[in-house]
Amino acid sequence: MLGLGIIKGLVETARNFLGSFVDKKRLVTVQFPEERLPVAEAARNFPFLIYDGVDPEQGLRCVACQICEKECPPRCITIEKSKDKKPDFVGKQQFYPAVFDIDVSVCMSCQICVEVCPFDAIRMDNEFELSTTDRFGGLLWTKEKLARPNEYYEAIHPTEAAEVEARRAEEKAQAEAKKQPSAVTQ
Amino acid sequence: MLDQVFVLLKHWLLGYSPAAIQPEVSILLTILPILLVFPVLFALTTVLERKGLGRIQNRYGPNRVGFYGILQPMADALKSLTKEDIVPASADRAVHFLAPLVLLAVAFLPYAVLPIGRNMIAANLDAGVLFFFAIGAISELSVFMAGWSSRNKYSLLGAMRAVAQMISYEVPLLLSSIAVIMAAGSLNTVEIVNKQAGFSGIFPHWYVLTPWGFAGFVLFMIAATAETNRSPFDLPEGESEIIAGYYLEYSGFKFALFFLGEYLGMFAISGLGITLFLGGWGAPLPFLTWVPSWIWFFAKLLGLIIGFIWVRGTLPRLRMDQLMNFAWKFMLPMALVVVVSAGAWRFLPQGVTRWLVSTLLLAVAYALLARGVETRNKIAKRTYRFAE
Repeated sequence: MLGLGIIKGLVETARNFLGSFVDKKRLVTVQFPEERLPVAEAARNFPFLIYDGVDPEQGLRCVACQICEKECPPRCITIEKSKDKKPDFVGKQQFYPAVFDIDVSVCMSCQICVEVCPFDAIRMDNEFELSTTDRFGGLLWTKEKLARPNEYYEAIHPTEAAEVEARRAEEKAQAEAKKQPSAVTQ
Repeated sequence: MLDQVFVLLKHWLLGYSPAAIQPEVSILLTILPILLVFPVLFALTTVLERKGLGRIQNRYGPNRVGFYGILQPMADALKSLTKEDIVPASADRAVHFLAPLVLLAVAFLPYAVLPIGRNMIAANLDAGVLFFFAIGAISELSVFMAGWSSRNKYSLLGAMRAVAQMISYEVPLLLSSIAVIMAAGSLNTVEIVNKQAGFSGIFPHWYVLTPWGFAGFVLFMIAATAETNRSPFDLPEGESEIIAGYYLEYSGFKFALFFLGEYLGMFAISGLGITLFLGGWGAPLPFLTWVPSWIWFFAKLLGLIIGFIWVRGTLPRLRMDQLMNFAWKFMLPMALVVVVSAGAWRFLPQGVTRWLVSTLLLAVAYALLARGVETRNKIAKRTYRFAE
């Protein structure tokens, strides 16, 4: 019968139309700014710098070795090494970055800076709303804006953070062990 | 009283104008409401359509601007007003500029002969229906002007498709309204509405409630959908194959004018459908006659608009050959049978006989023509000569 398929289709769409008012399960739309889906643990978008303790200036893990600056494919990182030194987490005297800038508009979220960092100082954030109304200053993130406490890292990437934490504890224990005998011989 | 409120308001306002310019003021007072009401209806329809289509697809639709997204048309209008108006370098500038204006003028003209309520008609022409179709044919010209002047092959393809489609579907559109004109014995829209006034029991004397009227109404609405280039007959726009068809090279407010013209055309042709088949401003039930006539007209118009949106949300776009086959091999013979059936209805004595004869005539024609359409569209296994 010609036209039967059209009527069937009309019934189907009517069911969808009315169903969307009755059945909440039909409306799968997440109305973004008000409603948010939880971010996946592996989500990554833009790097940040980790600091230990409470003072971002003092506890910054970065030693300004500039490996990430050299490895960065789009070259969005700018680092200036400090003149003086300060002790790191194992007590060794290290440089620190006087300037550490990342250009948001250039970064391509490749995570290479994270992979090459020997000090676990730079990690990926899952923050994705990086747009700004100031396209010159607002897109260049300085050291102060990039610094995040270690607790934040543990909160957003718990599995990865646990691994890093275990490795760092081991390194610290080894360093302590190395220091101890030398102290005895003196 | 409430029924005639707008008519009385016009006469009251007219009393304040000096006698010398009274005819001009009268014309202005007749035209202004049409120029205001129908674009507002267009704005409402766009948001209604987007929300309705959204719900059909289990989405929310626009819900950001204003209360439940009701101010979305304002945002759309602001956006199209502030957009850059681009004219292609090699376009025919004059025609390119004129095409949307012609379309808009042509879209407004048919409202002159639409009776919106009792005594509410801008120009009570004796050949109102003829005027309506004569004006309707000009919209093809504006479409072709747009497609030709853009100097873009997709625009031209779209315009050619539009013209072919509109000419093809004008035939069943006219034939199905001829049935009504035969039954009413008049081309005057007010006369046609008056012929449909009155009730037998609780049923109104609308032409849609006769067998030939129902078939004619369905054919009329299908042809109207094609005439106004609405889905599933929106081949002239065909986003997937010819981008946007004839208005591809239009941006900013000219594009909005095309949009407006298209919707105004849809309202006008729905209004004609209401006038011809659905009893115009008449109430559907005898105990509802106290409701003002213009409310009934707009209620019916809204009903038809919802029908258009519903069909748009349901059916996919036709192919060009399907479109043409349907027009010439199904709609045209069916419309001719409707005319014959209406004639039989007119000359047979009242009673069961004319119901039977009229229905049987249509049913047999439908069954035969449907079989023809269906066998032609059998899908065979595709064979390849060189591949495999």
